[in-house]
Amino acid sequence: MSNKLSPLSKAFLVLIFLILYAPIFFLVFYSFNSGGTMYDFKGFTMEWYKELFQDTRLLIIVLNTLVIALLSALIATIIGVIGAIGIRSFTSSKAKNTVLSLNNVLIVSPDVIIGASFLILFTMAGIKLGFYSVLLSHIAFSIPIVVLLVLPKLQEMSPTLIDAARDLGASRWDVLTKVILPYILPGIFAGFFMALTYSLDDFAVTFFVTGNGFSTLSVEIYSLARRGISLNINALSTLLFVVTLLLVVVYYFITQRVRQTGMGGKR
Amino acid sequence: MKNKLSRNIYFIPYVLWIALFVIAPILLILYYSFFDIEGNPSLINYQKFFTPVYLKMTISSFWYAFLITGISLLVAYPTAFLLTKTKHKQLWLLLIIVPSWINLLLKAYAFIGIFGTYGVANGFLEAMGIGKQQILFTDFSFIFVSVYIFIPFMILPIFNALDEMNPTLLDAANDLGASRWMTFRRVIFPLTIDGVKTGCQVVFIPALSLFMLTRLIAGNRVITLGTAIEQHFLVTQDWGMGSTIAVFLIIIMFLIMFVTGNRKQGV
Repeated sequence: MSNKLSPLSKAFLVLIFLILYAPIFFLVFYSFNSGGTMYDFKGFTMEWYKELFQDTRLLIIVLNTLVIALLSALIATIIGVIGAIGIRSFTSSKAKNTVLSLNNVLIVSPDVIIGASFLILFTMAGIKLGFYSVLLSHIAFSIPIVVLLVLPKLQEMSPTLIDAARDLGASRWDVLTKVILPYILPGIFAGFFMALTYSLDDFAVTFFVTGNGFSTLSVEIYSLARRGISLNINALSTLLFVVTLLLVVVYYFITQRVRQTGMGGKR
Repeated sequence: MKNKLSRNIYFIPYVLWIALFVIAPILLILYYSFFDIEGNPSLINYQKFFTPVYLKMTISSFWYAFLITGISLLVAYPTAFLLTKTKHKQLWLLLIIVPSWINLLLKAYAFIGIFGTYGVANGFLEAMGIGKQQILFTDFSFIFVSVYIFIPFMILPIFNALDEMNPTLLDAANDLGASRWMTFRRVIFPLTIDGVKTGCQVVFIPALSLFMLTRLIAGNRVITLGTAIEQHFLVTQDWGMGSTIAVFLIIIMFLIMFVTGNRKQGV
């Protein structure tokens, strides 16, 4: 197998990367347009950013989005870890597979279905649509991914580690906090991070279960975009892009670090 | 016995989650599909679903999803293949994934600007001497933007499958005199079929149900199953009909998962 890429292959890859990134840089570029449109660049301005930071309504929405994301990711991680530990302790593989299939239902379900069914659920349960309905749904759809990311770590852990700890007189709580949790920490981090991105990214489910008066960033962008072009959105997307890049870098370093200092597992 | 009891106690939050947010919502959707718009029990929704209007919509939704999945696969497979041969492949892969972390609505919004009447795309067409075209709110723009959004999700599983492949198999095929095309058709593709299936699964199901793209990019010209569900739940408030379409979408989802289900084969 030749390992050198032919010029044609290189050109193809470059083209793909160009197409993937062009719309993003397009948004960033026009966020500095004093002309107020997404064509015909008139001149450089920071006006849209200024407007963005003076828009208190939008800032509150950003805050809401962050609070929902952090809270839902935290709670989903806790419940997900509990679930993963529970699933591992099953002895019959049939029960294990059943629970795992149920676990995965929300991952493969289309957002519209999750949104619509949660809307029915909250209406029937008498939960007012707003902060709590959005928070509950975000927790709900983040749990399965946490389970899926933690479970492999648990399965990779040798059961003799637990036996050894028990033999040495550790209580069940000690085994959990001093043996199991440190071992699966990389999985927990990955799960938390994925839950965070799920929550920040979600539009469809939130769109269904948010009533009037409460809004997250995605829902707000949707309603703004339906009204047409406004360069505030461009400014906003530039900031979000920068934040995303920062998160990627942080995530990259965390995973590298965890890989280095993680307890010697199988690999 | 005590052991079992304590295990069940800490497992409760996870079990509650499965009962409340996985099983209950599906049952509620099913339950609601048997009620007409006034809230009387009836089978009218199912009768309506089998009228030409809804059947046509279902078929066209399928057709679009099929096109989107097919085109994504055609672009993603070579990309993933070439990526595995680059020097810093994990870094390049990360760069492919980064755009998928940018909020979907922002990317759709970018295309409103790019495909707009005075947008970059039209500027390009004019420079080529073709002249201005209506690009936004057409089938083309809908499929293009969908493919753009789904490509990273198609590349990722295929990349992983290609990456796991044992390179000595390729050498063996080469030594035995297989041409490059033959090697691809008889060795590489069959070995990465699981990745392709996963990719198709994660693209096809959302492609059936994304409603925000049809609203923003296709300007209500394209109606997918997702759009119809959103319409019934949030606009016309006909939850019964919306649930009925959702029931069919769930059935289709299970069929697709069954067809593309991963049967692990060892090589």
